[in-house]
Amino acid sequence: MSEHNVEKDDISGVETTGHDWDGIKELNNPAPRWWLMVFYVCIAFAIGYWVIYPAWPTFSGDNERGGTKGTMGWTEYKQLKDSQAEILARRAQYLGRFEKASFSQIENDEGLRDFAVAGGKAAFKDNCATCHGTGGAGGNGYPNLNDDDWLWGGKIEDIYQTIRFGIRSGDDEARLSEMPTFGGMLTPKQISDVADFVLSKDNPTTPTAIEGKQVFADNCASCHGEKATGGREVGAPDLVDAIWLYGGTKADIMAQVTKPRHGVMPAWEHRLDRNTIRELAVYVHSLGGGEE
Amino acid sequence: MLNKHDVIEKNSFLMLILIVVVISIGGIVEVLPLFRIETTIEPIKGIRPYTPLELEGKNIYIREGCYNCHSQQIRPLRDEVERYGHYSLAAESMYDHPFQWGSKRTGPDLARVGGKYSDAWHVQHMMNPRSVVPESIMPSYAHLAHEGAHLDEIAADMRALRKTGVPYTDDMIKNAYKDALAQARNESDDFDGLQARYGTPFGHTVNARNFDGQETTTELDALIAYLQVLGTMADFKDYEPASDVGDKE
Amino acid sequence: MDKPEYNDEIVKKFTIATIFWGIAGFTAGVFIALQMAFPQLNIGEYLTFGRLRPLHTSAVIFAFGGNALFATSYFIVQRTCRTRLWGDGFANFTFWGYQAFIVMAASGYLMGITQAKEYAEPEWYADIWLTIVWVCYLLVFMMTLKKRREPHIYVANWFYLAFIVTVAVLHLGNNISIPVSLTSTKSYSLFAGVQSALIQWWYGHNAVGFFLTAGFLGMMYYFVPKRAERPVYSYRLSILHFWSLIFIYIWAGPHHLHYTALPDWAQTLGMTFSIMLWMPSWGGMINGMMTLSGAWHKLRQDPVLRFMIISLAFYGMSTFEGPLMSIKTVNALSHYTDWTIGHVHSGALGWVAFISFGALYHLVPVLWRKQGLYSMRLVNTHLWIATIGIVLYITAMWVSGIMQGLMWRSYDSMGFLQYSFVETVMAMHPFYLIRALGGILFLSGALIMVYNLYKTIKGDSVPALAADVKEAAHA
Ligand code: HEC
Ligand code: HEC
Ligand code: HEC
Ligand code: HEM
Ligand code: HEM
Ligand SMILES: [Ca+2]
Ligand SMILES: [Ca+2]
Ligand SMILES: [Cu+2]
Repeated sequence: MSEHNVEKDDISGVETTGHDWDGIKELNNPAPRWWLMVFYVCIAFAIGYWVIYPAWPTFSGDNERGGTKGTMGWTEYKQLKDSQAEILARRAQYLGRFEKASFSQIENDEGLRDFAVAGGKAAFKDNCATCHGTGGAGGNGYPNLNDDDWLWGGKIEDIYQTIRFGIRSGDDEARLSEMPTFGGMLTPKQISDVADFVLSKDNPTTPTAIEGKQVFADNCASCHGEKATGGREVGAPDLVDAIWLYGGTKADIMAQVTKPRHGVMPAWEHRLDRNTIRELAVYVHSLGGGEE
Repeated sequence: MLNKHDVIEKNSFLMLILIVVVISIGGIVEVLPLFRIETTIEPIKGIRPYTPLELEGKNIYIREGCYNCHSQQIRPLRDEVERYGHYSLAAESMYDHPFQWGSKRTGPDLARVGGKYSDAWHVQHMMNPRSVVPESIMPSYAHLAHEGAHLDEIAADMRALRKTGVPYTDDMIKNAYKDALAQARNESDDFDGLQARYGTPFGHTVNARNFDGQETTTELDALIAYLQVLGTMADFKDYEPASDVGDKE
Repeated sequence: MDKPEYNDEIVKKFTIATIFWGIAGFTAGVFIALQMAFPQLNIGEYLTFGRLRPLHTSAVIFAFGGNALFATSYFIVQRTCRTRLWGDGFANFTFWGYQAFIVMAASGYLMGITQAKEYAEPEWYADIWLTIVWVCYLLVFMMTLKKRREPHIYVANWFYLAFIVTVAVLHLGNNISIPVSLTSTKSYSLFAGVQSALIQWWYGHNAVGFFLTAGFLGMMYYFVPKRAERPVYSYRLSILHFWSLIFIYIWAGPHHLHYTALPDWAQTLGMTFSIMLWMPSWGGMINGMMTLSGAWHKLRQDPVLRFMIISLAFYGMSTFEGPLMSIKTVNALSHYTDWTIGHVHSGALGWVAFISFGALYHLVPVLWRKQGLYSMRLVNTHLWIATIGIVLYITAMWVSGIMQGLMWRSYDSMGFLQYSFVETVMAMHPFYLIRALGGILFLSGALIMVYNLYKTIKGDSVPALAADVKEAAHA
């Protein structure tokens, strides 16, 4: 760099390297000291870090997934365990008792109950709200969990059972029953009539509804009950109350009779742990419609 | 020492070669050791190649760019493990060409979304996400329901994948089209064949249903079949991280 | 001589392409930013966020940034080697070939043709085409260096050379794939899972390091001293930071894969090399900024120079933020969130786009032989509107990113997760609005630039240079 026509820059008084590219010159300043120092510190930090943590691939490649082990024996999976322990400690005040308590004990212990509701609420928001709505108010095809209208039962054990194994979820112990597809079995007129009947409840006045009454007795009562108030053994909804899963217009009802939806509620047994599912059951039960 | 730099500065070819040398080192040291599969990929049971229908679904996932919003990689951090399930293992993506880990979570992680929702929910959600999740900012993908899945060519895809190392057998490739229809419960009813190829050897039951509820086999069927298998293959029953096993010795 | 001394025709073409694709890419950015605030804007099958996001990233990085690099490298290599560009035909081919690549890639994305690898989305046929174009680029550049009439190669050209050759290596390594058939647009990456992840981020990180950094440092090393009319601050610093930068950059890729299924040792290398990368990166900033020592007053007079210096400040900021985000505990929070997006755009808008704007404002009068720009006041307006836009963009993303990261991991006093995922989506809405506003400002600034440059090129109001004064057209 010091070969020829070295000159000094007027403003800074520093030598140039003597080259000129399209009018551009270079000063011969040294690299700033602080720059070098910080660079060295970063390198020293890195070397220290390599000693402590897994850092370099090894030739044998048989430990720590092919790398050096580090003096602390740290792995990301161990770090996970440690950090989870801290959360379990926060829950510890209740968790030990909660695990052993029966549902009725939980219901009668305010502390345990609040604990379960808090845990259930947290799990509900990420797992259930997408179907049942943020507050559990449901939506078309997804039952409202706040009211006292239950398909499969509103006791806490019923709810627990429903959440664990789901409904038509494919799980071996799922709640299972399927409303038949009447589309091929009944004539369109019969379907229309039975819908009229369902809409006029147990006091049919129009002739079609009166005809529908018979259709209902023959085909539907076995599940939905003589008085159409529903049958929980088979998850058949109450058709008398004004609460509808799939809508209460005549068209909705005819659609359901012609081709039932067979709504699926997933099983959570394999996805959430036992505590969480129990918390969920307590939470759902507490939403307003829980039965004793 | 910097004086020597003159030499490089005066010789463009030398400079080119030196640059190539300097930039090669890091890549070689980091990438090559990863090909020692035994240490890079934990042994875990149950991982299988995608069925033809799931593969088509995965291709649609890529085509629509879902990976721009969704990750498929659960980090071993306590909140993620709690929200999404067991952290992801390298083995779980070993047949993903390329990986789908993502880099941005505009939507939630999907690594274990399989089984979380019903098919009907997915149909509604894909048709119009805000109909089930009012706060959602996900696009709607209604066009998938109108488009028949192009399954007659899926065997060619499987052949290409076999060249990259995915263990598709001749039998699987030969029956690709039939298996795809069988899984969507359309025309072919050879579920047993599908199960024999993709289920039994891996200890699973293959999900076979009419995923989107329509008569024909649509792109939506394929996509939902793919979503429903995500994260369900690995069998964690007797899995322990290598580092924990080491502790006990 | 029958040919002019320099081949400026090719530089002009690339300059116009840069402006054109810049507007296209920024517009796409504004559109996807709006989509995240108003999902109804996802229209039909072809204009969904999932397909448009890669369109945006490719348009800004490869179309806008790439054309800017072609234009400036061809301009600079001729001036600093005092020789005409080698191979007119080849150079022309790189222009048309590169535009064809962009069109191939972009139309593919809209149709859903993608390899699903960030910044390497184009499918195999486009990849092969780009390889051919790129080899010609390397050839033109190398041959021009070879026939130079200066004894030494100027530092800007070191950076351009490192950029060209490394991008070639990265492109070839990351795109190895098996096409389904010769008539099919679809291919499958040869690598899977964790190997594919590391190779992708070896590529992706160094796309940042060599495309968005080394290349633009080359640009910086010419235009800053030129515009400031001052010598480069330190030749020795140039050497040190050049070699340390390109050596260390390559190792840092695994910082994109912290806390994943990638083995711990590789993550550690990614983190530690990122930290060691801090000073080599700052070497470029120091050399650029200190070049102004003794000439700081020029900043007050020349908004074009101001663009360049602000860009160096953003470069310094994002290369401080990057190593910070590479620390595993920080990354555990920032990864997957808008914090990354904020970091990207402080580098992309603040550094890449600003240094390019500075270069464009300098280049256009020189290329079209004008005495100056149509309006310096408009340059100033552009500068401020764009700066406010960037500040809105990145602060909104810092807040929303850190907020979302904290919300994901927050536990209540009893030890349960406090927020659901969707609650975080809702909480980000206001910040998406602010970001979109920032983007609109940035785009407006760029449109002002287009107007200004158009008036300069065409404008009769700008006096032309006398034919014999070829260079040094300073405002
Ligand atoms: C994929 C959508 C979906 C998800 C997710 C879901 N459910 Fe359900 N759930 C349903 C459907 C559909 C039904 C009604 C099924 C039927 O038609 O019988 C139901 C029914 C129920 C019932 C029975 C209601 C009654 O009236 O008997 C309870 C309790 C319940 N869900 C709780 C939960 C909880 C707790 C969660 C989260 C852990 C959850 N659900 C997640 C779809 C879902
Ligand atoms: C095998 C049992 C069974 C029989 C028989 C049956 N249902 Fe159902 N029904 C159900 C079940 C279970 C549901 C709710 C589950 C679902 O489809 O998601 C239901 C739901 C309904 C609904 C929707 C209720 C709402 O809240 O939206 C209507 C209406 C209905 N049934 C009417 C009928 C009529 C009319 C008949 C006879 C023609 C009939 N059902 C026969 C089991 C039965
Ligand atoms: C603009 C970003 C965006 C794109 C693109 C996108 N999603 Fe989403 N996705 C979201 C958001 C936000 C949510 C959370 C709200 C919701 O459930 O809709 C979500 C939720 C989901 C869920 C539910 C996950 C859960 O556990 O609750 C699934 C499944 C899903 N998306 C699949 C897809 C598929 C498949 C594609 C591509 C065809 C896709 N997404 C494209 C943003 C996106
Ligand atoms: C008007 C200006 C711009 C706007 C409004 C804008 C907007 C956006 C948006 C909304 C995203 C998607 C973020 C997400 O998925 O959460 C994005 C991504 C991205 N943009 Fe821009 N952008 C602009 C300019 C640029 C420029 C000039 C560059 C580069 C030179 C750039 C590079 C990128 C990159 C690399 C990504 C992907 C980031 C990642 O994957 O982490 N953008 N942009
Ligand atoms: C010392 C220099 C730098 C370091 C160490 C660094 C580090 C990082 C880190 C840690 C991430 C986040 C990865 C993740 O969590 O997913 C990231 C993302 C990113 N950075 Fe930087 N950064 C540096 C400089 C820059 C510059 C100058 C630019 C742009 C011009 C840039 C562009 C990007 C882009 C585009 C991404 C997003 C990648 C993606 O996920 O798609 N970086 N960087
Ligand atoms: Ca179907
Ligand atoms: Ca590619
Ligand atoms: Cu990076």
